[in-house]
Amino acid sequence: MSEDASDLYQRLVMERARHPLHAGRLAASQAEAEGNNPMCGDRVRLSLRCDEAGMITEAAHETRGCAICVASADILAEIVVGRAASETGQLAMAFETMVQTGIVPAREDFEMLQAFAGVSAYRSRHRCATLPWQALSAAMEKRKELEHGR
Amino acid sequence: MSVAVAAPSFDVERIREDFPILNQHVHGKKLVFLDSAASAQKPRAVIEAMVRTMETRYANVHRGLHWMSEQCSDDYEAVRDKVARFINAGRDEIIFVRNATEAVNLVAHSYGRSALQAGDAVVVSEMEHHANLVPWQMLRDAHGIELRVVRITDAGEIDFSHLEQVFADGKVRLLAVTHMSNVLGTYTPVERLASFAHAHGARILLDGAQAVVHRAVDVRAIDADFYVFSGHKLYGPTGIGVLYGKAALLEAMPPFLGGGEMIGTVTYQRSTWAKPPFRFEAGTPAIIETIGLGAAIDYINTIGFAAIAAHERELTDHALAVLAPIPGLHIAGAAQDRGGVVSFTLDGVHAHDVATLLDKQGIAVRAGHHCAEPLTRRLGLDSTARASFGVYSTCAEIDALGVGLERIRELFS
Repeated sequence: MSEDASDLYQRLVMERARHPLHAGRLAASQAEAEGNNPMCGDRVRLSLRCDEAGMITEAAHETRGCAICVASADILAEIVVGRAASETGQLAMAFETMVQTGIVPAREDFEMLQAFAGVSAYRSRHRCATLPWQALSAAMEKRKELEHGR
Repeated sequence: MSVAVAAPSFDVERIREDFPILNQHVHGKKLVFLDSAASAQKPRAVIEAMVRTMETRYANVHRGLHWMSEQCSDDYEAVRDKVARFINAGRDEIIFVRNATEAVNLVAHSYGRSALQAGDAVVVSEMEHHANLVPWQMLRDAHGIELRVVRITDAGEIDFSHLEQVFADGKVRLLAVTHMSNVLGTYTPVERLASFAHAHGARILLDGAQAVVHRAVDVRAIDADFYVFSGHKLYGPTGIGVLYGKAALLEAMPPFLGGGEMIGTVTYQRSTWAKPPFRFEAGTPAIIETIGLGAAIDYINTIGFAAIAAHERELTDHALAVLAPIPGLHIAGAAQDRGGVVSFTLDGVHAHDVATLLDKQGIAVRAGHHCAEPLTRRLGLDSTARASFGVYSTCAEIDALGVGLERIRELFS
Protein backbone atom coordinates (compact mmCIF):
# COMPACT_ATOMS: atom_id res chain seq x y z
CA MET A 1 0.00 0.00 0.00
CA SER A 2 1.42 3.35 -0.95
CA GLU A 3 1.38 6.44 1.23
CA ASP A 4 -1.06 8.32 -0.98
CA ALA A 5 -3.20 5.19 -1.29
CA SER A 6 -2.78 5.23 -5.07
CA ASP A 7 -3.73 1.55 -5.08
CA LEU A 8 -7.13 2.66 -3.78
CA TYR A 9 -7.44 5.95 -5.62
CA GLN A 10 -6.42 4.84 -9.09
CA ARG A 11 -6.48 7.40 -11.87
CA LEU A 12 -9.73 6.11 -13.36
CA VAL A 13 -11.37 6.20 -9.93
CA MET A 14 -10.27 9.78 -9.31
CA GLU A 15 -11.39 10.89 -12.79
CA ARG A 16 -14.85 9.44 -12.37
CA ALA A 17 -15.17 10.71 -8.80
CA ARG A 18 -14.36 14.25 -9.90
CA HIS A 19 -16.34 14.15 -13.15
CA PRO A 20 -18.86 11.33 -13.27
CA LEU A 21 -20.12 10.69 -16.82
CA HIS A 22 -23.39 9.01 -15.89
CA ALA A 23 -24.66 11.04 -12.96
CA GLY A 24 -28.37 11.84 -12.96
CA ARG A 25 -31.74 10.20 -13.13
CA LEU A 26 -33.46 8.76 -16.20
CA ALA A 27 -36.82 10.37 -16.87
CA ALA A 28 -38.67 7.19 -17.84
CA SER A 29 -36.68 4.47 -16.15
CA GLN A 30 -37.97 0.92 -16.02
CA ALA A 31 -36.02 -0.17 -13.00
CA GLU A 32 -34.93 1.95 -10.08
CA ALA A 33 -33.48 1.13 -6.70
CA GLU A 34 -31.45 2.60 -3.89
CA GLY A 35 -28.50 1.28 -2.00
CA ASN A 36 -28.05 2.75 1.46
CA ASN A 37 -25.29 2.38 3.98
CA PRO A 38 -26.83 3.41 7.30
CA MET A 39 -23.43 3.30 9.00
CA CYS A 40 -22.10 6.24 7.02
CA GLY A 41 -25.09 7.78 5.25
CA ASP A 42 -23.92 6.93 1.73
CA ARG A 43 -26.67 6.47 -0.83
CA VAL A 44 -26.79 5.36 -4.46
CA ARG A 45 -29.95 5.70 -6.52
CA LEU A 46 -29.74 3.80 -9.77
CA SER A 47 -32.13 4.12 -12.69
CA LEU A 48 -32.16 1.83 -15.74
CA ARG A 49 -33.97 1.42 -19.04
CA CYS A 50 -34.32 -1.92 -20.78
CA ASP A 51 -35.56 -2.94 -24.22
CA GLU A 52 -38.16 -5.58 -25.03
CA ALA A 53 -35.54 -8.31 -25.10
CA GLY A 54 -34.40 -7.51 -21.56
CA MET A 55 -31.25 -5.68 -22.62
CA ILE A 56 -30.17 -2.68 -20.54
CA THR A 57 -30.10 0.31 -22.86
CA GLU A 58 -29.45 3.21 -20.47
CA ALA A 59 -28.26 3.66 -16.89
CA ALA A 60 -27.68 6.60 -14.56
CA HIS A 61 -26.96 7.12 -10.90
CA GLU A 62 -27.40 9.72 -8.21
CA THR A 63 -24.74 9.11 -5.60
CA ARG A 64 -24.07 10.73 -2.27
CA GLY A 65 -20.84 9.23 -1.10
CA CYS A 66 -17.07 9.07 -1.22
CA ALA A 67 -14.80 8.96 -4.26
CA ILE A 68 -14.83 5.15 -4.32
CA CYS A 69 -18.61 4.99 -4.17
CA VAL A 70 -19.19 7.64 -6.85
CA ALA A 71 -16.62 6.13 -9.22
CA SER A 72 -17.98 2.63 -8.68
CA ALA A 73 -21.53 3.77 -9.45
CA ASP A 74 -20.37 5.64 -12.53
CA ILE A 75 -18.44 2.75 -14.00
CA LEU A 76 -21.29 0.40 -13.17
CA ALA A 77 -23.69 2.64 -15.08
CA GLU A 78 -21.36 2.48 -18.07
CA ILE A 79 -20.61 -1.19 -18.06
CA VAL A 80 -24.13 -2.58 -17.67
CA VAL A 81 -25.40 -0.90 -20.81
CA GLY A 82 -25.69 -3.40 -23.65
CA ARG A 83 -25.96 -6.31 -21.27
CA ALA A 84 -28.89 -8.62 -20.62
CA ALA A 85 -30.52 -7.78 -17.30
CA SER A 86 -30.31 -11.48 -16.50
CA GLU A 87 -26.52 -11.53 -16.55
CA THR A 88 -25.99 -8.62 -14.14
CA GLY A 89 -26.25 -10.87 -11.09
CA GLN A 90 -23.23 -12.85 -12.18
CA LEU A 91 -21.31 -9.66 -12.94
CA ALA A 92 -22.14 -8.21 -9.52
CA MET A 93 -20.97 -11.39 -7.84
CA ALA A 94 -17.68 -11.35 -9.75
CA PHE A 95 -17.16 -7.72 -8.75
CA GLU A 96 -17.86 -8.35 -5.07
CA THR A 97 -15.49 -11.33 -5.09
CA MET A 98 -12.75 -9.15 -6.56
CA VAL A 99 -13.30 -6.49 -3.89
CA GLN A 100 -13.07 -9.16 -1.20
CA THR A 101 -10.02 -10.96 -2.55
CA GLY A 102 -8.15 -8.40 -4.66
CA ILE A 103 -7.94 -10.98 -7.48
CA VAL A 104 -9.04 -9.64 -10.85
CA PRO A 105 -11.18 -12.25 -12.61
CA ALA A 106 -10.11 -13.39 -16.06
CA ARG A 107 -12.99 -11.66 -17.82
CA GLU A 108 -12.77 -9.19 -20.65
CA ASP A 109 -15.36 -6.92 -19.11
CA PHE A 110 -13.15 -6.19 -16.08
CA GLU A 111 -10.84 -3.84 -17.92
CA MET A 112 -12.34 -0.85 -16.12
CA LEU A 113 -13.67 -2.66 -13.09
CA GLN A 114 -10.23 -3.85 -12.10
CA ALA A 115 -9.55 -0.30 -10.91
CA PHE A 116 -11.37 -1.40 -7.73
CA ALA A 117 -9.22 -4.45 -6.98
CA GLY A 118 -7.10 -2.28 -4.67
CA VAL A 119 -10.09 -1.68 -2.42
CA SER A 120 -9.57 -5.20 -1.04
CA ALA A 121 -6.69 -3.97 1.13
CA TYR A 122 -9.04 -1.45 2.84
CA ARG A 123 -11.62 -3.55 4.63
CA SER A 124 -13.56 -0.57 5.96
CA ARG A 125 -14.03 0.64 2.38
CA HIS A 126 -15.36 -2.54 0.71
CA ARG A 127 -18.91 -1.38 1.17
CA CYS A 128 -18.16 1.91 -0.58
CA ALA A 129 -17.30 0.00 -3.77
CA THR A 130 -20.07 -2.59 -3.56
CA LEU A 131 -22.98 -0.33 -2.57
CA PRO A 132 -23.85 0.59 -6.21
CA TRP A 133 -23.83 -3.11 -7.12
CA GLN A 134 -26.24 -3.86 -4.33
CA ALA A 135 -28.49 -1.13 -5.71
CA LEU A 136 -28.23 -2.86 -9.11
CA SER A 137 -29.30 -6.19 -7.64
CA ALA A 138 -32.23 -4.48 -5.90
CA ALA A 139 -33.23 -2.78 -9.18
CA MET A 140 -33.14 -6.10 -11.00
CA GLU A 141 -35.28 -7.72 -8.32
CA LYS A 142 -37.84 -4.95 -8.66
CA ARG A 143 -37.85 -5.33 -12.41
CA LYS A 144 -38.54 -9.05 -12.07
CA GLU A 145 -41.42 -8.38 -9.72
CA LEU A 146 -42.89 -5.89 -12.17
CA GLU A 147 -42.60 -8.39 -15.02
CA HIS A 148 -44.33 -11.06 -12.99
CA GLY A 149 -47.05 -8.59 -12.16
CA ARG A 150 -47.69 -7.88 -15.82
CA MET B 1 -4.33 32.40 17.56
CA SER B 2 -4.77 32.17 21.27
CA VAL B 3 -2.77 29.68 23.21
CA ALA B 4 -3.66 28.86 26.76
CA VAL B 5 -0.75 28.23 29.05
CA ALA B 6 -0.83 24.70 30.39
CA ALA B 7 -0.41 24.23 34.10
CA PRO B 8 3.28 23.80 34.90
CA SER B 9 2.78 20.30 36.28
CA PHE B 10 1.53 19.08 32.93
CA ASP B 11 4.20 17.33 30.89
CA VAL B 12 2.58 15.71 27.88
CA GLU B 13 5.68 13.74 26.91
CA ARG B 14 5.75 12.25 30.37
CA ILE B 15 2.05 11.40 30.11
CA ARG B 16 2.55 9.74 26.72
CA GLU B 17 4.95 7.32 28.34
CA ASP B 18 2.04 6.05 30.42
CA PHE B 19 0.21 4.88 27.28
CA PRO B 20 2.10 1.96 25.73
CA ILE B 21 -0.03 1.89 22.57
CA LEU B 22 1.05 5.37 21.47
CA ASN B 23 4.55 4.17 20.56
CA GLN B 24 3.18 2.21 17.66
CA HIS B 25 3.73 2.78 13.97
CA VAL B 26 0.83 2.46 11.56
CA HIS B 27 1.50 1.97 7.83
CA GLY B 28 5.14 2.69 8.65
CA LYS B 29 4.29 6.07 10.19
CA LYS B 30 4.32 7.16 13.79
CA LEU B 31 0.79 6.79 15.13
CA VAL B 32 -1.13 10.05 15.55
CA PHE B 33 -4.25 9.07 17.45
CA LEU B 34 -6.94 11.72 17.10
CA ASP B 35 -9.99 9.56 17.83
CA SER B 36 -10.22 9.71 21.62
CA ALA B 37 -13.83 10.90 21.59
CA ALA B 38 -14.81 7.51 20.14
CA SER B 39 -12.77 5.67 22.75
CA ALA B 40 -9.66 6.73 24.62
CA GLN B 41 -6.42 4.77 24.97
CA LYS B 42 -5.55 3.14 28.27
CA PRO B 43 -2.68 4.05 30.60
CA ARG B 44 -0.47 1.32 31.98
CA ALA B 45 -1.99 1.87 35.45
CA VAL B 46 -5.39 0.71 34.16
CA ILE B 47 -3.98 -2.26 32.29
CA GLU B 48 -1.94 -3.35 35.32
CA ALA B 49 -4.82 -2.96 37.79
CA MET B 50 -6.94 -5.29 35.68
CA VAL B 51 -4.14 -7.82 35.20
CA ARG B 52 -3.26 -7.70 38.91
CA THR B 53 -6.87 -8.45 39.82
CA MET B 54 -6.96 -11.46 37.52
CA GLU B 55 -3.57 -12.70 38.67
CA THR B 56 -3.98 -12.31 42.42
CA ARG B 57 -7.52 -11.91 43.74
CA TYR B 58 -10.22 -12.47 41.18
CA ALA B 59 -13.47 -14.04 42.38
CA ASN B 60 -17.14 -13.21 42.13
CA VAL B 61 -18.22 -10.30 44.31
CA HIS B 62 -20.76 -9.95 47.14
CA ARG B 63 -21.51 -13.67 47.51
CA GLY B 64 -18.35 -15.52 48.37
CA LEU B 65 -17.42 -16.47 51.91
CA HIS B 66 -13.76 -16.86 51.10
CA TRP B 67 -10.75 -14.55 51.18
CA MET B 68 -10.54 -13.92 47.45
CA SER B 69 -14.18 -12.95 47.12
CA GLU B 70 -13.87 -10.62 50.09
CA GLN B 71 -10.78 -8.93 48.65
CA CYS B 72 -12.35 -8.60 45.22
CA SER B 73 -15.63 -7.29 46.69
CA ASP B 74 -13.68 -4.68 48.65
CA ASP B 75 -11.82 -3.57 45.52
CA TYR B 76 -15.02 -3.46 43.53
CA GLU B 77 -16.98 -1.48 46.11
CA ALA B 78 -14.05 0.88 46.65
CA VAL B 79 -14.53 1.97 43.04
CA ARG B 80 -18.09 2.98 43.84
CA ASP B 81 -16.68 5.32 46.50
CA LYS B 82 -14.11 6.62 44.04
CA VAL B 83 -16.73 7.33 41.39
CA ALA B 84 -18.93 9.01 44.01
CA ARG B 85 -16.09 11.32 45.04
CA PHE B 86 -15.17 11.88 41.38
CA ILE B 87 -18.54 13.50 40.61
CA ASN B 88 -19.45 14.54 44.17
CA ALA B 89 -22.30 12.08 44.70
CA GLY B 90 -23.28 9.65 47.44
CA ARG B 91 -22.08 6.06 46.98
CA ASP B 92 -25.65 4.71 46.87
CA GLU B 93 -26.34 7.06 43.98
CA ILE B 94 -23.75 5.35 41.76
CA ILE B 95 -25.03 2.48 39.62
CA PHE B 96 -22.63 0.46 37.53
CA VAL B 97 -23.85 -0.26 34.01
CA ARG B 98 -22.16 -1.25 30.76
CA ASN B 99 -21.87 2.24 29.31
CA ALA B 100 -23.64 5.59 28.97
CA THR B 101 -26.05 4.08 26.45
CA GLU B 102 -27.21 1.47 28.93
CA ALA B 103 -27.55 4.14 31.62
CA VAL B 104 -29.93 6.20 29.45
CA ASN B 105 -31.89 3.06 28.59
CA LEU B 106 -32.14 2.22 32.30
CA VAL B 107 -33.58 5.66 33.09
CA ALA B 108 -35.91 5.60 30.08
CA HIS B 109 -37.20 2.17 31.01
CA SER B 110 -37.38 2.41 34.77
CA TYR B 111 -37.95 6.10 35.52
CA GLY B 112 -39.71 6.65 32.20
CA ARG B 113 -42.34 3.98 32.75
CA SER B 114 -42.92 4.70 36.43
CA ALA B 115 -42.62 8.46 36.88
CA LEU B 116 -43.84 9.58 33.44
CA GLN B 117 -47.41 9.22 32.25
CA ALA B 118 -48.83 9.13 28.75
CA GLY B 119 -49.05 12.73 27.59
CA ASP B 120 -46.02 13.89 29.56
CA ALA B 121 -43.23 15.26 27.39
CA VAL B 122 -39.50 14.52 27.29
CA VAL B 123 -37.22 17.07 25.63
CA VAL B 124 -33.92 16.28 23.93
CA SER B 125 -31.76 18.64 21.86
CA GLU B 126 -30.86 18.56 18.18
CA MET B 127 -27.27 17.68 19.06
CA GLU B 128 -27.80 14.41 20.89
CA HIS B 129 -25.89 11.21 20.27
CA HIS B 130 -28.25 8.41 19.21
CA ALA B 131 -27.80 7.05 22.76
CA ASN B 132 -29.79 9.97 24.13
CA LEU B 133 -32.42 9.99 21.41
CA VAL B 134 -33.37 6.44 20.45
CA PRO B 135 -34.25 5.25 24.01
CA TRP B 136 -36.72 8.17 24.28
CA GLN B 137 -38.24 7.33 20.91
CA MET B 138 -38.69 3.76 22.18
CA LEU B 139 -40.30 5.06 25.37
CA ARG B 140 -42.61 7.27 23.32
CA ASP B 141 -43.71 4.32 21.17
CA ALA B 142 -44.19 1.95 24.12
CA HIS B 143 -45.53 4.29 26.78
CA GLY B 144 -47.20 7.18 25.00
CA ILE B 145 -45.02 10.05 26.12
CA GLU B 146 -44.40 12.91 23.76
CA LEU B 147 -40.85 13.51 22.53
CA ARG B 148 -39.84 17.08 21.73
CA VAL B 149 -36.61 18.33 20.22
CA VAL B 150 -35.19 21.69 21.23
CA ARG B 151 -33.33 23.48 18.46
CA ILE B 152 -29.70 24.48 18.46
CA THR B 153 -28.40 27.70 16.95
CA ASP B 154 -26.21 27.63 13.85
CA ALA B 155 -23.23 28.10 16.15
CA GLY B 156 -24.18 24.82 17.82
CA GLU B 157 -25.54 26.05 21.13
CA ILE B 158 -28.88 25.33 22.81
CA ASP B 159 -31.46 27.82 21.58
CA PHE B 160 -32.89 29.04 24.89
CA SER B 161 -35.76 30.97 23.32
CA HIS B 162 -36.90 27.77 21.64
CA LEU B 163 -36.36 25.89 24.90
CA GLU B 164 -38.85 28.25 26.53
CA GLN B 165 -41.33 27.51 23.76
CA VAL B 166 -41.08 23.74 24.10
CA PHE B 167 -41.61 24.03 27.86
CA ALA B 168 -44.40 26.60 27.58
CA ASP B 169 -47.41 24.25 27.92
CA GLY B 170 -46.16 22.77 31.20
CA LYS B 171 -46.17 19.17 29.92
CA VAL B 172 -42.41 18.62 29.99
CA ARG B 173 -41.30 16.31 32.80
CA LEU B 174 -37.75 15.54 31.71
CA LEU B 175 -35.00 17.38 29.84
CA ALA B 176 -32.37 14.94 28.52
CA VAL B 177 -29.38 16.72 27.00
CA THR B 178 -25.71 16.31 26.36
CA HIS B 179 -23.11 18.00 28.57
CA MET B 180 -20.73 18.12 25.60
CA SER B 181 -21.55 17.40 21.96
CA ASN B 182 -19.51 14.57 20.43
CA VAL B 183 -19.72 16.29 17.04
CA LEU B 184 -19.56 20.03 17.71
CA GLY B 185 -17.53 20.01 20.90
CA THR B 186 -20.09 22.37 22.47
CA TYR B 187 -20.29 22.38 26.25
CA THR B 188 -23.86 23.05 27.29
CA PRO B 189 -24.55 25.40 30.24
CA VAL B 190 -25.67 22.56 32.50
CA GLU B 191 -26.30 24.57 35.68
CA ARG B 192 -28.52 26.95 33.75
CA LEU B 193 -30.32 24.07 32.02
CA ALA B 194 -30.87 22.28 35.34
CA SER B 195 -32.28 25.34 37.02
CA PHE B 196 -34.47 26.03 33.97
CA ALA B 197 -35.82 22.46 33.99
CA HIS B 198 -36.47 22.51 37.73
CA ALA B 199 -38.21 25.89 37.56
CA HIS B 200 -40.57 24.29 35.04
CA GLY B 201 -41.27 21.21 37.14
CA ALA B 202 -39.03 18.92 35.07
CA ARG B 203 -36.07 16.69 35.88
CA ILE B 204 -32.80 16.79 34.00
CA LEU B 205 -30.65 13.96 32.66
CA LEU B 206 -27.19 14.86 31.40
CA ASP B 207 -25.22 12.74 28.93
CA GLY B 208 -21.70 13.25 30.24
CA ALA B 209 -19.95 10.67 28.03
CA GLN B 210 -17.73 13.38 26.49
CA ALA B 211 -17.69 16.07 29.19
CA VAL B 212 -16.59 13.90 32.10
CA VAL B 213 -13.29 13.24 30.34
CA HIS B 214 -12.32 16.88 30.12
CA ARG B 215 -13.80 18.72 33.08
CA ALA B 216 -14.41 18.20 36.77
CA VAL B 217 -18.08 17.30 37.13
CA ASP B 218 -19.95 18.09 40.35
CA VAL B 219 -23.46 16.66 40.08
CA ARG B 220 -24.58 18.47 43.23
CA ALA B 221 -23.32 21.86 42.04
CA ILE B 222 -25.04 21.26 38.70
CA ASP B 223 -28.10 19.92 40.54
CA ALA B 224 -28.36 17.08 37.99
CA ASP B 225 -31.08 14.51 38.57
CA PHE B 226 -29.36 11.91 36.40
CA TYR B 227 -25.85 11.94 34.97
CA VAL B 228 -24.43 9.19 32.74
CA PHE B 229 -21.00 8.35 31.36
CA SER B 230 -18.85 5.50 30.02
CA GLY B 231 -15.55 4.22 31.37
CA HIS B 232 -13.90 3.64 28.01
CA LYS B 233 -13.78 7.28 26.99
CA LEU B 234 -12.29 8.09 30.40
CA TYR B 235 -9.12 6.03 29.78
CA GLY B 236 -10.79 3.04 31.42
CA PRO B 237 -11.91 -0.26 29.88
CA THR B 238 -15.02 -0.98 27.82
CA GLY B 239 -17.99 -2.69 29.43
CA ILE B 240 -18.27 -0.38 32.44
CA GLY B 241 -20.26 2.82 32.70
CA VAL B 242 -21.97 4.84 35.37
CA LEU B 243 -25.47 6.06 36.07
CA TYR B 244 -25.75 8.70 38.77
CA GLY B 245 -29.25 9.33 40.06
CA LYS B 246 -30.47 11.37 43.01
CA ALA B 247 -31.13 9.00 45.90
CA ALA B 248 -34.81 9.85 46.22
CA LEU B 249 -35.41 9.24 42.51
CA LEU B 250 -33.58 5.91 42.49
CA GLU B 251 -35.42 4.81 45.62
CA ALA B 252 -38.76 5.26 43.84
CA MET B 253 -37.71 3.51 40.62
CA PRO B 254 -38.50 -0.14 39.83
CA PRO B 255 -35.70 -2.46 38.64
CA PHE B 256 -34.52 -2.48 35.03
CA LEU B 257 -33.29 -6.08 34.78
CA GLY B 258 -34.19 -8.93 37.10
CA GLY B 259 -31.87 -11.61 38.46
CA GLY B 260 -29.31 -12.22 41.15
CA GLU B 261 -27.92 -9.33 43.23
CA MET B 262 -30.91 -7.04 42.77
CA ILE B 263 -33.35 -8.81 45.12
CA GLY B 264 -34.40 -8.63 48.75
CA THR B 265 -36.15 -12.00 49.14
CA VAL B 266 -37.34 -14.39 46.44
CA THR B 267 -40.11 -16.99 46.54
CA TYR B 268 -41.63 -18.91 43.64
CA GLN B 269 -44.49 -16.45 43.67
CA ARG B 270 -42.78 -13.08 44.00
CA SER B 271 -39.69 -11.15 44.93
CA THR B 272 -38.79 -7.96 46.69
CA TRP B 273 -36.14 -5.58 45.51
CA ALA B 274 -32.84 -4.62 47.06
CA LYS B 275 -32.20 -0.97 47.77
CA PRO B 276 -30.33 1.17 45.23
CA PRO B 277 -27.73 0.84 43.84
CA PHE B 278 -27.99 -2.98 43.93
CA ARG B 279 -31.60 -2.92 42.75
CA PHE B 280 -30.25 -1.88 39.34
CA GLU B 281 -27.29 -4.25 39.13
CA ALA B 282 -28.72 -7.66 38.25
CA GLY B 283 -26.26 -10.49 37.68
CA THR B 284 -22.50 -10.70 38.04
CA PRO B 285 -21.15 -7.25 37.20
CA ALA B 286 -18.12 -6.29 35.10
CA ILE B 287 -15.79 -6.79 38.06
CA ILE B 288 -12.40 -6.47 36.36
CA GLU B 289 -13.56 -3.56 34.22
CA THR B 290 -14.92 -1.74 37.27
CA ILE B 291 -11.56 -2.08 38.98
CA GLY B 292 -10.00 -0.77 35.75
CA LEU B 293 -12.31 2.24 35.89
CA GLY B 294 -11.16 2.91 39.46
CA ALA B 295 -7.56 2.93 38.28
CA ALA B 296 -8.48 5.32 35.47
CA ILE B 297 -10.07 7.73 37.94
CA ASP B 298 -6.96 7.54 40.15
CA TYR B 299 -4.85 8.27 37.08
CA ILE B 300 -6.93 11.31 36.10
CA ASN B 301 -6.93 12.61 39.67
CA THR B 302 -3.13 12.40 39.74
CA ILE B 303 -2.92 14.71 36.73
CA GLY B 304 -5.80 16.88 37.92
CA PHE B 305 -8.57 18.51 35.94
CA ALA B 306 -7.02 21.97 36.13
CA ALA B 307 -4.09 20.71 34.06
CA ILE B 308 -6.25 18.51 31.83
CA ALA B 309 -8.64 21.35 31.03
CA ALA B 310 -5.80 23.80 30.30
CA HIS B 311 -4.14 21.27 27.99
CA GLU B 312 -7.40 20.63 26.20
CA ARG B 313 -7.96 24.38 25.70
CA GLU B 314 -4.50 24.69 24.21
CA LEU B 315 -5.13 21.77 21.83
CA THR B 316 -8.54 23.03 20.78
CA ASP B 317 -7.31 26.57 20.14
CA HIS B 318 -4.36 25.17 18.21
CA ALA B 319 -6.59 22.87 16.14
CA LEU B 320 -8.94 25.71 15.20
CA ALA B 321 -5.93 27.88 14.29
CA VAL B 322 -4.33 25.15 12.15
CA LEU B 323 -7.49 23.94 10.41
CA ALA B 324 -9.43 27.16 9.79
CA PRO B 325 -6.99 28.61 7.22
CA ILE B 326 -6.97 25.46 5.04
CA PRO B 327 -8.84 26.45 1.86
CA GLY B 328 -12.16 24.62 1.48
CA LEU B 329 -12.13 23.35 5.04
CA HIS B 330 -15.23 24.07 7.10
CA ILE B 331 -15.40 23.49 10.84
CA ALA B 332 -18.77 22.36 12.23
CA GLY B 333 -20.08 24.56 15.01
CA ALA B 334 -18.71 27.70 16.57
CA ALA B 335 -19.83 27.50 20.18
CA GLN B 336 -18.16 29.90 22.59
CA ASP B 337 -17.55 27.15 25.08
CA ARG B 338 -16.15 24.21 23.13
CA GLY B 339 -13.85 21.34 23.94
CA GLY B 340 -11.44 18.97 22.28
CA VAL B 341 -13.62 17.70 19.46
CA VAL B 342 -13.35 19.31 16.03
CA SER B 343 -15.50 18.05 13.16
CA PHE B 344 -14.96 19.37 9.67
CA THR B 345 -15.60 18.94 5.98
CA LEU B 346 -13.22 19.49 3.09
CA ASP B 347 -14.73 20.75 -0.19
CA GLY B 348 -14.68 18.10 -2.89
CA VAL B 349 -13.46 15.33 -0.62
CA HIS B 350 -15.82 12.97 1.20
CA ALA B 351 -15.08 12.42 4.89
CA HIS B 352 -14.35 8.72 4.26
CA ASP B 353 -11.68 9.59 1.74
CA VAL B 354 -10.24 12.08 4.23
CA ALA B 355 -10.12 9.39 6.93
CA THR B 356 -8.55 6.74 4.67
CA LEU B 357 -5.90 9.10 3.37
CA LEU B 358 -5.06 10.37 6.85
CA ASP B 359 -4.83 6.77 8.03
CA LYS B 360 -2.21 6.14 5.35
CA GLN B 361 -0.17 8.85 7.04
CA GLY B 362 -0.63 7.19 10.42
CA ILE B 363 -3.32 9.65 11.55
CA ALA B 364 -6.47 8.15 13.08
CA VAL B 365 -9.64 10.24 12.87
CA ARG B 366 -13.28 9.29 12.71
CA ALA B 367 -15.54 9.93 9.71
CA GLY B 368 -19.26 9.65 9.24
CA HIS B 369 -22.18 10.94 11.26
CA HIS B 370 -20.65 9.98 14.63
CA CYS B 371 -23.85 8.33 15.91
CA ALA B 372 -25.60 11.68 15.55
CA GLU B 373 -27.28 11.32 12.17
CA PRO B 374 -30.08 13.84 12.75
CA LEU B 375 -27.53 16.44 13.87
CA THR B 376 -25.42 15.85 10.77
CA ARG B 377 -28.52 16.44 8.62
CA ARG B 378 -29.42 19.49 10.74
CA LEU B 379 -26.00 20.91 9.85
CA GLY B 380 -26.86 20.32 6.18
CA LEU B 381 -24.17 17.66 5.84
CA ASP B 382 -23.95 13.97 5.01
CA SER B 383 -20.84 13.26 7.02
CA THR B 384 -17.88 14.94 8.66
CA ALA B 385 -14.37 13.97 9.64
CA ARG B 386 -13.61 14.44 13.32
CA ALA B 387 -10.38 14.96 15.20
CA SER B 388 -10.65 14.57 18.96
CA PHE B 389 -8.09 14.89 21.70
CA GLY B 390 -7.06 13.25 24.93
CA VAL B 391 -4.55 13.99 27.69
CA TYR B 392 -1.81 12.47 25.54
CA SER B 393 -2.53 14.54 22.40
CA THR B 394 0.01 17.12 21.31
CA CYS B 395 0.07 20.28 19.21
CA ALA B 396 2.64 18.56 16.97
CA GLU B 397 0.03 15.89 16.20
CA ILE B 398 -2.44 18.58 15.21
CA ASP B 399 0.24 20.10 12.96
CA ALA B 400 0.63 16.66 11.36
CA LEU B 401 -3.14 16.63 10.76
CA GLY B 402 -2.89 20.01 9.06
CA VAL B 403 -0.07 18.82 6.79
CA GLY B 404 -2.00 15.61 6.05
CA LEU B 405 -5.09 17.56 5.05
CA GLU B 406 -3.07 19.81 2.73
CA ARG B 407 -1.75 16.68 0.99
CA ILE B 408 -5.25 15.34 0.54
CA ARG B 409 -6.36 18.64 -0.95
CA GLU B 410 -3.56 18.42 -3.50
CA LEU B 411 -4.47 14.85 -4.38
CA PHE B 412 -8.12 15.75 -4.96
CA SER B 413 -7.52 19.11 -6.66
